[in-house]
Amino acid sequence: MPVDIWLYFILGFMIIGSIASLEIKNILSSIITIGVVGLGLSLAFLFLGAPDLALVQFVFEILCVIILIRAFAKRSIEVRALRRDVPETIVAIIILLSIFVLSIFALADLPSFGKPIVRVAERYLANAGAETGSQNIVTSVILNYRIYDTLGEVTVLFTAILGSFTVLRKLGRKKRHAE
Amino acid sequence: MILYIMCFFLFLVGIYGAITKRDLIKIILAIGIMGYSVNLFLVLLAYRSGALIPILVEGLNIPPNMMVDPIPQALVLTSIVIELGITALMAALAIRIYQKYDTFDITKIRRLQG
Repeated sequence: MPVDIWLYFILGFMIIGSIASLEIKNILSSIITIGVVGLGLSLAFLFLGAPDLALVQFVFEILCVIILIRAFAKRSIEVRALRRDVPETIVAIIILLSIFVLSIFALADLPSFGKPIVRVAERYLANAGAETGSQNIVTSVILNYRIYDTLGEVTVLFTAILGSFTVLRKLGRKKRHAE
Repeated sequence: MILYIMCFFLFLVGIYGAITKRDLIKIILAIGIMGYSVNLFLVLLAYRSGALIPILVEGLNIPPNMMVDPIPQALVLTSIVIELGITALMAALAIRIYQKYDTFDITKIRRLQG
């Protein structure tokens, strides 16, 4: 079967899954459904020729589901019957559908699926083996050609983790001063 | 083309969740959905039909125009890892808000109203 058919199937599955996860009342089921959507994305990466991405997405999804369940499952046992504004929802859906219709014209200008414009990567693909000595070209792009980008990523990740620790620590600084 | 449209529809589902839901957890999940669709869109743009994965194999000379574009893959790898950190930070903030206000409903969190 060609790649397109698989991708139609997986993308439709992901769309249905994400709508379901937003509309389910029980929060535990909703988190698990988002996990299913992420695993579908991992499968799509596998079909698109990106095995590294598939592995990283798989690990990300498992960790994400664990974090969210650990954080929220116990706190929301009570069934949340939040009333919703029907007119607000209808207006939002109308605006989003009009954006969707407009986007079709914009997306028609992109190069069609399967025929990308590859200029910079031509050089990497031709020379990466000799220049960096790495067999995996994705690795040589991350760790050699675009190393500053990776440095920035590590900085952002460090800041995010530092932020979570600061927000979640037991004793605030103010309290310690008062004692 | 139809794949791009479906991918954009997934993004719109994420926006819909983020602007109409009142539950903080649902908003976090919706932002996650938007992240998925952006990552998938970048990798979709890079795919070359019939191409192989960008890994060099000894003794097997694959011509460079028979491989998938590696740059979007490398950048999406970065973006996925950052998304994990962002999700953890949002979860931490939501837990703190719950401890202070005893609710996840954003209309009841008074002092955050603009």
